[in-house]
Amino acid sequence: MKLAYWMYAGPAHIGTLRVASSFKNVHAIMHAPLGDDYFNVMRSMLERERDFTAATASIVDRHVLARGSQERVVDNILRKDQEEHPDLIILTPTCTSSILQEDLHNFVNRASIISHSNVIFADVDHYQVNEIQAADRTLEQVVRYYLDRCHRQEKWDQFLTDVPSVNIIGIFTLGFHNQHDCRELRRLLRDLDIEINQIIPEGGSVEDLQNLPKAWFNLIPYREVGLMTAVYLNKEYGMPYISIAPMGAVDMAEWIRQIQKNVNTLTLSSSNKRVDYEPYIDGQTRFVSQAAWFSRSIDCQNLTGKETVVFGDTTHAASITKILVQEMGIRVSCAGTYCKHDAEWFKEQIQGFCDEILITDDHAEVGDMIAHMEPSAIFGTQMERHIGKRLDIPCGVISAPVHIQNFPLGYRPFLGYEGTNQIADLIYNSFALGMEDHLLDIFGGHDTKEIISKSLSTDIGLIWNPESRLELSKIPRFAREKVERNTEKFARQKGIETITVEVMYAAKEALNT
Amino acid sequence: MSVKIDETLTVECETGNYHTFCPISCVSWLYQKIEDSFFLVVGTKTCGYFLQNALGVMIFAEPRYAMAELEEGDISAQLNDYEGLKKLCIRIRKDRDPSVIIWIGTCTTEIIKMDLEGMAPKLEWEIGIPILVARANGLDYAFTQGEDTVLAAMAHRCPEPEFSVRERKETIQNFLTFHSRKKEELGEYANHPSLVLFGSLPFNVASQLNLELKRQSIKVSGWLPAQKYTDLPSLGDGVYVCGVHPFLSRTATTLIRREKCQLIGAPFPIGPDGTRAWIEKICPVFGVEPQGLEEREKRIWEGLKDYLDLVHGKSVFFMGDNLLEVSLARFLIRCGMIVHEIGIPYMDKRYQAAELSLLQDTCKKMCVPIPRIVEKPDNSNQIRRIRELQPDLAITGMAHANPLEARGISTKWSVEFTFAQIHGFANARDVLELVTRPLRRQKNLEDLGRTTLVRK
Ligand code: SF4
Repeated sequence: MKLAYWMYAGPAHIGTLRVASSFKNVHAIMHAPLGDDYFNVMRSMLERERDFTAATASIVDRHVLARGSQERVVDNILRKDQEEHPDLIILTPTCTSSILQEDLHNFVNRASIISHSNVIFADVDHYQVNEIQAADRTLEQVVRYYLDRCHRQEKWDQFLTDVPSVNIIGIFTLGFHNQHDCRELRRLLRDLDIEINQIIPEGGSVEDLQNLPKAWFNLIPYREVGLMTAVYLNKEYGMPYISIAPMGAVDMAEWIRQIQKNVNTLTLSSSNKRVDYEPYIDGQTRFVSQAAWFSRSIDCQNLTGKETVVFGDTTHAASITKILVQEMGIRVSCAGTYCKHDAEWFKEQIQGFCDEILITDDHAEVGDMIAHMEPSAIFGTQMERHIGKRLDIPCGVISAPVHIQNFPLGYRPFLGYEGTNQIADLIYNSFALGMEDHLLDIFGGHDTKEIISKSLSTDIGLIWNPESRLELSKIPRFAREKVERNTEKFARQKGIETITVEVMYAAKEALNT
Repeated sequence: MSVKIDETLTVECETGNYHTFCPISCVSWLYQKIEDSFFLVVGTKTCGYFLQNALGVMIFAEPRYAMAELEEGDISAQLNDYEGLKKLCIRIRKDRDPSVIIWIGTCTTEIIKMDLEGMAPKLEWEIGIPILVARANGLDYAFTQGEDTVLAAMAHRCPEPEFSVRERKETIQNFLTFHSRKKEELGEYANHPSLVLFGSLPFNVASQLNLELKRQSIKVSGWLPAQKYTDLPSLGDGVYVCGVHPFLSRTATTLIRREKCQLIGAPFPIGPDGTRAWIEKICPVFGVEPQGLEEREKRIWEGLKDYLDLVHGKSVFFMGDNLLEVSLARFLIRCGMIVHEIGIPYMDKRYQAAELSLLQDTCKKMCVPIPRIVEKPDNSNQIRRIRELQPDLAITGMAHANPLEARGISTKWSVEFTFAQIHGFANARDVLELVTRPLRRQKNLEDLGRTTLVRK
């Protein structure tokens, strides 16, 4: 048992639901108590989804506790099958089902015999994995299910596509800037003359999964989700994969070079058209991305040696740390991640780029570290933004968990060459704000905090009795002044001299009527 | 309690596959209401994740709530629950020094049968802070019913009235009050047994209702909950109680059965019609003739005219998730709206009897049929009905709001009614402000076309 106020990664079922609702025509049925379908609210609000989220609950209530879910789960699966004809139904366990120990596998088997949809049971345990790991697993499970099935049915078409092609694995709903990143990757691959075989899970169809092995290789932009699938495809089908995040100019170049290597190795066997992307990298780095130029400009010079703290998921925290240090000459006092399960990789990546490494999922520890370091800027999640607010340190948000502001309508990729521009802006703006603030403080330029307000000319003669004073003080500050003014105005109109609680509310009513 | 429900008012029951908030969400408003409390939710990451996201920015303001997150060892009973909770509560005492710690039991504590009720008194005695237990879990309750479980638990901690024995002998009581009351108070209030209101309301709204009764010279001697845990009202034999929320049936039952209070069954003070009916039910209990209510209600209605013009003849569909539905529907019908359906998670016909009969009267008065009331609704059936009926407004949870808007159905997010100030005469306008907001926006955007924004 531990005291917890806040968590970086959600419970396992959220990961499964994110994968399920990213695919087209896949329905998730949660085995959960009333109230655990909060995922639908998040998706509808944060992503501003226009469609109903394809996730419902098979409710666990008192009745179920006494008798077991029995027919209920099966009925709910069949009902969904009939109503919406999904390609796949994923029965999703929650913390509640983890301890009920019902044989949900068995329900799935029974339902799948009757239903037209395929039905699987998400193999995730609440007490073993978190949201991120569960998403990774579920994606692999779905891919494996469809490839295995296809194998059994011997409808197998193993041939690679004629022209170089890739799968992009790991773009999905509620991911940090995923939609924008995806668009940016498409553009990049078009430039490189590489076709996209499939993008999964976002917008993908499970029926197409059997064609995944037709791609030449796989791209895993974020290592949190997709790596398991890539490893599986590598093992079973010999598909190479690139798991570098194309974030920042340096890693972008490395990413493209790896693509080149892979394309050339595979082309060798068929023809001898070798590709050379070096001129592309050079052109993009120098002219499309402004980041390389920006790091030479005077602005960026001013940032040299400034101290920062970076915290987030492994992909974003590692990439941003490297960008800050290598590309902008900024010092990272501490870099950290909450993905404890992938700590080794993280440490290896940022070895030598920062003074300290912090691996924790306790936000208080992160807060203490920041307070101790007193950096000029923080790059972290929404939590770090709030820590920053409290400590008066600016913060750029670079990783999930996120709020609605992190689902911008405008085009804001983090990946690719446009991504380098966005990141440069984000970093520069965080510092510039911090410095402006500092200068204003030094020269006393801020507005004075007390608001001097007596808007009505005749402010003599009105007395607030102690009760009404007290009542007034209970009103939230932002509204208090207005209430005070309205009440006094009302009292004056009525020729009242002493303001009582009754007068206050009479004033409110008068205003309303 | 003796109100007979007309046969035309029927309550259907569907599958219970609907979206609502988990009842543990009540900590978000209750910790703010009860200033010296601390809420400890004994549950899993699922509960924590829900609270963290549902509470939004509040979470960063160092709220007086936390999760006691159960790990695998707690589930398999390898770890000692008592010692675990004790450690956390001692830390809470050290960091926050609350006057009461409220343990919120969750689905997990129910399933593993963690004996919170058994442990609380022991620990309370050991660490010297009152510990209450409320089992506000998603297995048994929906959304606002969470508050019901907390208040029912709190009712047990209310002190006995000082003069409980003597109070029944009126003559002595009169004599006592004559001496114990200050002079100016004498003229203001009628001489009556004490009245305690139950239901959590923001300070200002509670004080408006107090004032409302004061106009009728009825004194509210306390609220459950009070602003501070240490100020809980006295309860007991001879104390009259009245609810302000429709979702407090357990609390009401506890007050009657355990605390021996007299419940005044009344409609809820939502909307000017509800507020007036509420006062009118309370007054006669204390032998008071209500004064000037008709006038007052009329004035409020007049003040709402601009909004009434907007809503008149428009239709509403309540999907149902917070138990305020019947009262709101009744008010909106009185405003001239047509209500297609009142979805509601749970319907206590006894506790809501007066409200239901006011709904009937209102329908009669407005010459509209009584809307169908659907308990434990089925959201996918409801969406089908909404598509058929094409209401002007659907009052619904956030999970459905955006998808419905994209299909050209205006929606109002139902949770806002739980957080907005909707009680009493003065706040009737706020209810309509919420209800008309989508209608007003629609008017603003009317000329743009494109009301449906989904493909196919
Ligand atoms: S429904 Fe149960 S498990 Fe889910 S958040 Fe509520 S109490 Fe926790």
